Amino acid sequence: MSPLKTHARRVAGLSACLLASAAMTGCAWLSGPQAWEKGNLAKPQMSMGGDPLEQRFQQHISTSKEAASGGYGVGGGGCGCN
Amino acid sequence: MMFSNVWRAACVAIGLCAAGQVLALEPGQPAPALELSGVSAPVGLSKLKGKLVYVDFWASWCGPCKQSFPWMNEMQAKYGARGLQILAVNVDAKRADADSFLASNPASFQIGFDTAGDAPKRYEVKGMPSSVLVGPDGKVIHVHNGFRADERKQLEDAIVAALGGVKQP
Repeated sequence: MSPLKTHARRVAGLSACLLASAAMTGCAWLSGPQAWEKGNLAKPQMSMGGDPLEQRFQQHISTSKEAASGGYGVGGGGCGCN
Repeated sequence: MMFSNVWRAACVAIGLCAAGQVLALEPGQPAPALELSGVSAPVGLSKLKGKLVYVDFWASWCGPCKQSFPWMNEMQAKYGARGLQILAVNVDAKRADADSFLASNPASFQIGFDTAGDAPKRYEVKGMPSSVLVGPDGKVIHVHNGFRADERKQLEDAIVAALGGVKQP
């Protein structure tokens, strides 16, 4: 194979790798809404569950059974304490 | 040789993207400029030189912000005469939301409105509510994220400690 062809193949391989790694991040490279832009996310209808008290109860049970907590909703959404 | 340069450039680009995420306001650095429209007249740090300013970022949709309003009224009443001025910056995208919040949560301190979100960006706000204590020299003294019942004492202590540096009128 000529050196030029090898070179072209390497460049193509490298760009394919870069493209694949860029695609894997999806939209994660976008920084997401800032803390002061979460007005719509804070609305009750944006909640995944229904009754907030029931949700809290379920989270409590899940935390005790799984020995892990977190991952509910958007991080830092409207509270500032997480 | 050429490939290593490409990789280096990619690593630098990724590093720069990651570095942008970790910035935060630190005590000791000068407070960023803050000039906003208020309820009736413009409000801002330039008009409050020589005072201890408690800058609070709040939104109508934020529960802990609602809890912080009676506390801020109390602090303004208690320490206002000693040189404290609370400036609560609303970050709602719609001014009407802030107005209806203020109708049910009256405030005895200054309110500024920033519908564009420039001020919280400059102050690198990480959560709602966030507060920044700015000294009479215009430097950041204390930065706090969130508002919980058990943190009131700590916040009040920070205000009292900082009031020591304010010249009494």
